[in-house]
Amino acid sequence: MKDNSAFLKGMRDGLPIGLGYFAVSFSLGIIAKKGGLSPLLGFFSSLFTRASAGEYAGYSLIAAGASFWEMFIISVITNARYLLMNCALTQKFEESTKMIKRLLVGMCCTDEIFGISIAWPGKLKPKYTFGATVVAGPMWALGTALGIIAGSALPLRYVSALSVALYGMFLAIIIPPAKKDKAVTACVIAGFLFSYLFSVTPLLKEISSGTRTIILTIAISTVISLIKPVKVKEEEVAKNE
Amino acid sequence: MSDSLKLFIYLAIMILTTNGVRVLPLTLIRKPIKNRFIQSFLYYVPYVTLAVMTFPAIMEATQSPIAGLIALVAGVLAAFFGLGLLPVSIICCLVVFICETFLV
Repeated sequence: MKDNSAFLKGMRDGLPIGLGYFAVSFSLGIIAKKGGLSPLLGFFSSLFTRASAGEYAGYSLIAAGASFWEMFIISVITNARYLLMNCALTQKFEESTKMIKRLLVGMCCTDEIFGISIAWPGKLKPKYTFGATVVAGPMWALGTALGIIAGSALPLRYVSALSVALYGMFLAIIIPPAKKDKAVTACVIAGFLFSYLFSVTPLLKEISSGTRTIILTIAISTVISLIKPVKVKEEEVAKNE
Repeated sequence: MSDSLKLFIYLAIMILTTNGVRVLPLTLIRKPIKNRFIQSFLYYVPYVTLAVMTFPAIMEATQSPIAGLIALVAGVLAAFFGLGLLPVSIICCLVVFICETFLV
């Protein structure tokens, strides 16, 4: 596939992501307003951060008048899953990919952009990730700005319906590979099950959702890797495609 | 310190820290990893993460948790039968919208 077509494909796949973002970032805007952000500041801070849980925590801390240290520590914790995700991403690059492109791809990675980038067949074309980001990023930022302006003007029913768009996208990313690979099926079922158990069990349910994601990701991935390590040969085949 | 300066510092910390966390692994790991366990671990990470973030969060995002649950089932089925990102998302949204007409 030529480089430009990878960029265009990225833009196309970025559109549903952007639409899904809209509802989430709109609700972020409502919180950002409590922190005293103008629509313009909301737009740019959201454009450069693009992290749902991270921004939710960040804007809440501003509204609460927290210390700068708290802002730093909470930003690390709420975004720590990107450490894991981008470790996985390091293995998707052609070895010849320049460092600057690797860093830019890394900065582009939200949960969803990471999801479609890792699902790209064979080695990743950075332009695919960039294409998705130039479409989805501004929509995310615009949602935040509009949330600040319009506040709670949108009827709750619409917000409620829009808010599952993101999860629909997650499902479209994880279900097709789960259909083909039993180990991935196990990942998905274990993920659903333990995440649910953590949310209802006393004490465990006090753990924030960001931390829960980290703990369960490490634990479940470790167990399944030990039971069913990937065949190294398949990696070689993918490389030659 | 003025309030607007303070706001700028907050936002700068948020932006720099978030992106710093994102690029850190990419600066540290540049070579293909040969270890089979780590390869397997990194292969499974995205699926586990996305699954963990989807459920039960989808039930907490909607006004009626049951509508969220039905949207989950509908989304799994749609994706299982090969629909792409946008159609699956739209189906989930529509399911919630329709369900909440009756449930809320």
